[in-house]
Amino acid sequence: MPVKQITVFLENKCGRLASVARAIGDEGINIRAFSVADTTDFGILRLIVNDPDRAYEVLRSRQFTVRMTEVIAVQIPDHPGGLADVLALMKEAGINIEYLYAFVTKVSGDALAVFRVENIKEAEQLMIDKGIKVLSGEEVYAL
Amino acid sequence: MADLIEFAVSILGEEELFLAHYWNEEIECMPREKLRVLQEERLRETVSRVYENVPFYRNAFDKIGLKPDDIKSLDDLKKLPFTNKDDLRDNYPYGLFAVPLSEVIRIHASSGTTGKPTVVGYTRQDIRSWAEVMARSLSCCGANKNSKIQNAYGYGLFTGGLGVHYGAELIGASVIPVSGGHSKRQIMLMKDFGSTILTCTPSYALHLSDVMKEMGVSKDELCLEGGLFGAEPWSLNLRNEIENRLGIIALDVYGLSEVIGPGVAVECPVKEGLHIWEDHFLAEIVDPETGEQLPAGSYGELVITTLTKEALPMIRYRTRDITRIIPEEGCSCGRTHMRIDRLQGRTDDMLVIRGVNVFPSQIEEVLFNISHTEPYYMIYVDRREQLDELEVWVEVSDEVFSDEIRKLESLEREIRKEIEVVLGINVKVKLVEPKSIERFEGKSKRVIDRRSL
Repeated sequence: MPVKQITVFLENKCGRLASVARAIGDEGINIRAFSVADTTDFGILRLIVNDPDRAYEVLRSRQFTVRMTEVIAVQIPDHPGGLADVLALMKEAGINIEYLYAFVTKVSGDALAVFRVENIKEAEQLMIDKGIKVLSGEEVYAL
Repeated sequence: MADLIEFAVSILGEEELFLAHYWNEEIECMPREKLRVLQEERLRETVSRVYENVPFYRNAFDKIGLKPDDIKSLDDLKKLPFTNKDDLRDNYPYGLFAVPLSEVIRIHASSGTTGKPTVVGYTRQDIRSWAEVMARSLSCCGANKNSKIQNAYGYGLFTGGLGVHYGAELIGASVIPVSGGHSKRQIMLMKDFGSTILTCTPSYALHLSDVMKEMGVSKDELCLEGGLFGAEPWSLNLRNEIENRLGIIALDVYGLSEVIGPGVAVECPVKEGLHIWEDHFLAEIVDPETGEQLPAGSYGELVITTLTKEALPMIRYRTRDITRIIPEEGCSCGRTHMRIDRLQGRTDDMLVIRGVNVFPSQIEEVLFNISHTEPYYMIYVDRREQLDELEVWVEVSDEVFSDEIRKLESLEREIRKEIEVVLGINVKVKLVEPKSIERFEGKSKRVIDRRSL
């Protein structure tokens, strides 16, 4: 059920982000969600796309450092406190979140967030047990 | 022949047979006393010849009141004056030749980073001697007349290409004189021709393995068995990397054009130092500052006196290469010629950062020891507010890349700490994208010194 995330190493240099976006855009690959984490020297671009396997190949062939990581896509009720409730559940269960970011699109009025956690299966089960919708890879790529 | 080899393997085992593979057993395994007699005879002959034929040496000897007769044994070597690269430049192009040009059948030159190149010449006999020492060296990595030697050293004024070429021909191997560059074609030829031995710089061997990966060619599709790599210092870790990626035995060959070219010294399969072919070259280690001879085991500058060179004999040539003589005599391969350690760097590559001597090879060693880090790096030296700053750029490989910032930051920190432990000075480390550091097909450039002094 996990969603495949593409991670790209970016040197902190003018135009690097643009060249990644162009590379996958030229191949007709659509970005569903992304986040950039950066330090003074380098950055990490994380992408959720409609065709992760192909995006991986495209970027590899252009000699980017790329990695495929599994994340979960959680449907967050779009009202004040929606995210706080989900995070509270994870905290109670002792699930450590490495990072999270939001989707560009919404599903049926709710927001979508990407969570990177140590134990994906445990986090997924927790969300399901608590009645929170987790989207599968196929559902996400098809958005 | 195949039956004979099979029979020998059945008695000796494959490894012993490999170790016992000499080109010229009589010389390579000559008892040391006998070797010393040969060296002293050749030294006396060389000294009197240069005094007779080269005004530069005659002047240098006269200046310190030295007569050729004063040099009787190897112990007298230290009485002789040094020869430097500048002496070759000052006598550009043929001033140090000891024979008329009619006797010279080949001229090579090494690229000068500043001004004129260094010119070297060879008589017919010099070319024979060179082929002999290269044949011995190639035999160390398993070359024989059945070998297909892909020679990816550059052909031309650089001694690498033709040095290997003549040695390989003397052995009777099939030489593939592909020269440097065109990496994809190199790999295609290696595959199609069934090359068994590769000769090039170690950094180019590594680059070829990268290109193989890109092309999707695995080492199992090649017939490579051995490689002789030189022309730049390389770490043990780089050796492991090359051996694993190409599935070969990778040995270090040392040489410099001023002395002859490649083939001055070579590693045997025991891999515990490089045997100097002492019947042709006399080696000493001196303190680079004072010029004092150093005892076996101490690191210093390698100084070489040629014993057979006709066109361009060299008396106590300061190589600027840093190494040591391995104190233990005798090697389990059976060769008696003394060994020097793998090259540690060059006296002129040596960076002085805030008063500390730094060799790029030390940084390379650290990068390899931190597992998975590919050895592509560049060292930048700057001076800010009277203070030297060292920055090391390291390419991030797929193997170490993480999607978490903190893991990359801790990698950066680990590299920095390890380098600081080895060098004893603060450095900056910057992770950069793969392939962003320039690849070199000849000698690689690892340092960019931007200090304006």
